Amino acid sequence: MLDLKVIGLNFKFLIVQGFLGIGGFAGGTLRLAVPAIVLGFLLGIFIGLARLANPRWIRGPATVYVEFFRGVPLIMVIFWFWFILPQLLRLPIPEYGVALTAFVIFEAAYFGEIVRAGVQSVPRGQVEAATAVGLTGRQTMSFVVLPQALRNMIPSLVTQIIVLFKDTSLASIIGYVDLTKAAQIVNNREIRPFELYLFIAVVYWICTYSMSRFARRLERRLSHA
Amino acid sequence: MTYQFQWNVLWSGQSGGWLLQGVLTTLGISALAWLLAVALGILSGALRTVPFAPLRAIATFYVEFFRNVPLLVWMFFWYFGVPPLLPRGIQDWLFNHGAEFWAGMFALGVYHGARMSEVIRSGIQSIPRTQFEASVAMGLTVFQAYRLVIVPIALRLIVPPATSESLNLLKNSSVALTISVAELTFQTRQIETYTARAIEALTAGTLIYLVLCVSIATIMARVERRFAIPGLIARVGAG
Repeated sequence: MLDLKVIGLNFKFLIVQGFLGIGGFAGGTLRLAVPAIVLGFLLGIFIGLARLANPRWIRGPATVYVEFFRGVPLIMVIFWFWFILPQLLRLPIPEYGVALTAFVIFEAAYFGEIVRAGVQSVPRGQVEAATAVGLTGRQTMSFVVLPQALRNMIPSLVTQIIVLFKDTSLASIIGYVDLTKAAQIVNNREIRPFELYLFIAVVYWICTYSMSRFARRLERRLSHA
Repeated sequence: MTYQFQWNVLWSGQSGGWLLQGVLTTLGISALAWLLAVALGILSGALRTVPFAPLRAIATFYVEFFRNVPLLVWMFFWYFGVPPLLPRGIQDWLFNHGAEFWAGMFALGVYHGARMSEVIRSGIQSIPRTQFEASVAMGLTVFQAYRLVIVPIALRLIVPPATSESLNLLKNSSVALTISVAELTFQTRQIETYTARAIEALTAGTLIYLVLCVSIATIMARVERRFAIPGLIARVGAG
């Protein structure tokens, strides 16, 4: 039957080491997810705006970038960086660096599409009005278009952040000690796969579900504003 | 960088056969998982809109729990966690018949069923409520109304999001390599291990995935045009 003692005994390792990343191993789900979300979104803004740019030499490469990364599994991209990055830079890169680079570059393609859809959802008249009152193109973008686009993006943005958060579990494949890898390590010693994997499933679920609840509330509040 | 490319490692020796096997396994596991996902998706997606609270609650639990947990965790759960709890006979049968394939297929299908469910639910909810009321007024039972009116219309409405979800399933089948299903990514890694030619092997795998995704997307674009309900799909902001 369910033996929950195994969870209690290894709780500290699973949560403090695996989830938060504090301890002897280089690891942590949060330590990977938070910078990956922030940097991925920042790069995504550039990709999304490049997709909307007029000159073809900006729009073309951005389109290829997005279509390429959306047609390839994330694991493939992680393996690419795992092999290429050390060869390119001529120095050994820790798993953390490899995983973070892969996530930022991969997710930026998805964030880029969200940013593009968000910007396109802002009515054309807003840009015309901003130009009419004398704002430059850059000012129009940062003071008029992007703030409104951001609000429209929130639902799909949160969905993507949840996807990214779940995807960080794939970093365990190259040996990064996140929550999933921590459960594997404990399981190798305890052989209680059912309890351990169900437990981390619940931990992941609590995080992702509260994110989506928060997003729903945020969305409702912003739509009244 | 002085990297000497040796593309012939991809067709000399066993590599070619491995890649082909990998593609077939990827397509096989994805196709079976897709059928499971669509069945579960239609069932739970429809149940989430029925006027009967307990059924709605069960479907909601399934969807919210399974799609909010990483697929990798489900792979480990179904492959390592569940089989030891099964009766001895089933266990023996499984481990003699490629348990990792079935566990991987199940994990993929159940996970994507929950995601597919959301796509189908949004399709059903976009159908005007009057369609349902009219069906019931015509004397159909709730089940008949769903089977004959609501679900067929919803399926035609959701072709574009269902396509992108199916492509996600195909790409996510690569996660099955963690439980050593010999699919495409697994075979790519194997070629890399045997030949030590990482870039060539990864290029081959990446290109195959791209070709698969692009061709499915092209076929589905045609399907979408064929099954579009005239006048109903306004293709808002299509691009």
